[in-house]
Amino acid sequence: MNTKQQLKEGLITNNPVLVQQIGLCATMAITTSLFNGLGMGLSVLIILTCCNVVVAAIRKFIPEQVRLAIFVVVIAGFVTIVDLLLQAFIPALSDALGVFIPLIVVNCIIIGRAEAFSSKNTVMASLKDGVFQGLGYTMVLVVMCLVRELLGAGTIGGGLLNGAASFITLDGTGAGIRVFSEEFGASALLLPFGGFLTLGLLLAAMQAMLNKSAEKKAVKEKEDKE
Amino acid sequence: MLASLVSISLGAILVNNFIFSQFLGICPFLGCSNKMSTATGMSVAVIFVMTMASAICWVINTYLLIPLELAFMQTVAYILVIAVLVQFVEMFLKKMIPSLYSAMGIFLPLITTNCAVLGVVLLNTQNNYNFLESTVYGFTGGIGFALAIILFASVRERLEFADYPKAFEGFAIGLVSAALFALAFMGFSGMKIL
Repeated sequence: MNTKQQLKEGLITNNPVLVQQIGLCATMAITTSLFNGLGMGLSVLIILTCCNVVVAAIRKFIPEQVRLAIFVVVIAGFVTIVDLLLQAFIPALSDALGVFIPLIVVNCIIIGRAEAFSSKNTVMASLKDGVFQGLGYTMVLVVMCLVRELLGAGTIGGGLLNGAASFITLDGTGAGIRVFSEEFGASALLLPFGGFLTLGLLLAAMQAMLNKSAEKKAVKEKEDKE
Repeated sequence: MLASLVSISLGAILVNNFIFSQFLGICPFLGCSNKMSTATGMSVAVIFVMTMASAICWVINTYLLIPLELAFMQTVAYILVIAVLVQFVEMFLKKMIPSLYSAMGIFLPLITTNCAVLGVVLLNTQNNYNFLESTVYGFTGGIGFALAIILFASVRERLEFADYPKAFEGFAIGLVSAALFALAFMGFSGMKIL
């Protein structure tokens, strides 16, 4: 399997959230500002890549019956490392994501990739798979954040960017770039309701796109035959 | 004491419902809500595991991890406790109540990766609940999960006959209907408890 194909799979055709439809809890819960979304996405990317590499490296020594337990212990180890690192170096992010960082342990994306990909492939392929699937996840989180934050609060990049100077801050205090006044925002989009609605519409948009491209392909094949 | 237990219970069931306001346990919520019967089976199993996990993890955290200064191992310890507990429940049901065991099928082992279970245990630790509060929070959190999934299953059974755009098939229409539920549950957040 070549790199380009793997990249396309991770970002679009086999995107963890939009196509495999797993790991939805955090996707809806923390996407209220770009700071949270990027932080969560990158944390998952790092943990997923590390777990993929370790699982691929030890895949030949894992007995079939206890493989899930071993995967979970590997994942829980890396999640604890990332959790402690965030608490030490980016406490604002750790506070904002709260219980959702330790909950990456039960994020289906990571155990799903361990089971479906890295337990069957080489270390190098698994490394790439981890990075690309992680990027696909981060991409969805960022899109969700942009939509919810812009329509809900009228800003872009809340917590991360600081006003007109676009100065990047890591302490979560950046106000974001204001596009319109807060009183015109649909603040319900920042509440749980907005999480469900935005993800639902995003999934529908993705399906519409996939349906369309499948239709196009079918028409083209038909034309080719004729 | 009683007042705090009541406020924890009401909070877990309505105000901070695990699904509609905390986004914990979305995967089984969407995956097992196609039919009323599976939704009920899942709810019973989740209530049981959440209650037991809250109680056991509190004991392990207080008498094992904290005295040994291993609090940083909480996540690893909790997930192992939950995995063992689920396995134990599975063996117990298989031996003692085989009818319930076969009714639950695949959903029983899947509870291990239900983030509502790990979530409730982590929240117990974060909120510094005592033994009774933890157990009550676990039990009522499970009730809240059951309420959400059973309400949602009854809506989804009707969705089968609804006419919606093709692109919304599957999870998409489910999420949009869940959004309306979340909107309704938002009404509870104005409720002031004691």
